[in-house]
Amino acid sequence: MKNKYSIFSLVKNAFSYHENWEKAWKDPEPKKEYDAIIVGGGGHGLATAYYLAKKHKMKNIAVVEKGWIGGGNTGRNTTIIRSNYLWDASAGLYDHALKIWEGLSQELNYNVMFSQRGVINLAHNLQDIRDLKRRTHANRLNGIDAVYLNTEEVKKFCPIINTSPEIRYPVLGGTLQKRAGTARHDAVAWGYARGADEMGVDIIQNCEVKGIKRNGDSVEGIETTKGFIKTNKIGVVAAGHSSVIANMAGLRLPLESKPLQALVSEPVKPVIDTVVMSNAVHAYVSQSDKGELVIGAGTDDYVSYSQKGSHDIVEGTLNAILELYPIFSRMRMLRQWGGIVDICPDASPIISKTSIKGLYFNCGWGTGGFKATPGSGDLFAHTIANDEPHKLNAAFNLNRFVSGDLVDEHGAAAVAH
Amino acid sequence: MFIINCPYCGEREQSEFKAGGEAHIVRPKQPTELSDDQWAEYLFMRKNIKGIQFERWVHSHGCRKWFNVVRDTSNDVIKAVYKMGEKPPTKK
Repeated sequence: MKNKYSIFSLVKNAFSYHENWEKAWKDPEPKKEYDAIIVGGGGHGLATAYYLAKKHKMKNIAVVEKGWIGGGNTGRNTTIIRSNYLWDASAGLYDHALKIWEGLSQELNYNVMFSQRGVINLAHNLQDIRDLKRRTHANRLNGIDAVYLNTEEVKKFCPIINTSPEIRYPVLGGTLQKRAGTARHDAVAWGYARGADEMGVDIIQNCEVKGIKRNGDSVEGIETTKGFIKTNKIGVVAAGHSSVIANMAGLRLPLESKPLQALVSEPVKPVIDTVVMSNAVHAYVSQSDKGELVIGAGTDDYVSYSQKGSHDIVEGTLNAILELYPIFSRMRMLRQWGGIVDICPDASPIISKTSIKGLYFNCGWGTGGFKATPGSGDLFAHTIANDEPHKLNAAFNLNRFVSGDLVDEHGAAAVAH
Repeated sequence: MFIINCPYCGEREQSEFKAGGEAHIVRPKQPTELSDDQWAEYLFMRKNIKGIQFERWVHSHGCRKWFNVVRDTSNDVIKAVYKMGEKPPTKK
């Protein structure tokens, strides 16, 4: 049993100069065999292992991660959480996640710094206004909080925004989801890792998957840099590298992996206490607790695993940011980076069984996977444990690309992909 | 960001071009006879290779012609460029 984090444990450890905190998770070597193996130690993978152990009582499971916990896209996203998606299937999926977020810090006994500061999506032309109003109505029908704001109301909610009608893309209105917000991204991975570890999950870092061993139509185990590990259930949550793992099993996926860039500024005093996104000009901004502006850009249009994107993408995003927030004109940027996101043709994720028995994929989250972390883990765990999807992820199966029953969130999801 | 050697215009910045995805996906000759699985394979399934990939690009802010590129997607190094209809280069 791990020691509970509390004000008392903080005081107690202060007396020993914080040098005697117990490890949040062990660093074990892999066993010969597991009942299930999760490939990928990001937020989604760790959450999957956590819920497999907690809800489905599977104890002999491992998470294998080629780098370190939270060192991939978990640490590269812009931490935005919202559930204002257009279609019923997506609304169900993302709001399921948002509901778990609301109690996650307590459940994990780990402060994930979930902050419901609201997310605004801006409208810049007549069609934007129509689309956003339509989405607001659709959200409300699905029980998701959403309001439409006119220009003055946007200005009131976010005073630093430039609402002049003279700018190239004037702010004509926007939607607000008040339950939406941000969280500390690495804390989510660490919290789930600690929780899963406590229930006996082996979290194996620096262990890259090199091959998937098949016996006819079922899986037998994985070849890794730490040797062969036997299992008959493999859940792959490898984000941008999903196709690479799929190729090892002889599968093809409807994915393209592309660089998505983000950047943070030097830290400044609190200046923006919400998240503002814009589909048309593709720029979004929020402020971290350290005071850095967190700015997200769009994806490049070519396949690349290089974790660096094009300069013109960042330039375009910063042009838009400066027009919307002239106050930032002399801010300096501290860091810029790219993450590799796996994008589906319909911009919706895949949480699904495959044609190979015992092989499951959770991928295709594209540019917006962080928000879904807890829900994705919960539903993927259900799918793996029961060999059947939960009703909330039934629509997000691989077969939709054959049947044509796509969940087309391209453009509909309040942000371009 | 990288430089692409357009076979018609010469070396230009990548931002002048648009990527057109995986190359050499042939449209089925008998579309009416295709099963749903075969359609899915043609329309949606992609190799999405980490490594040497054959792909299509268009010089959208230049000559507006389409051509093929061989690029290493792990580091964005371009290995070869060839025109539409030409045979893809084999290993050098």
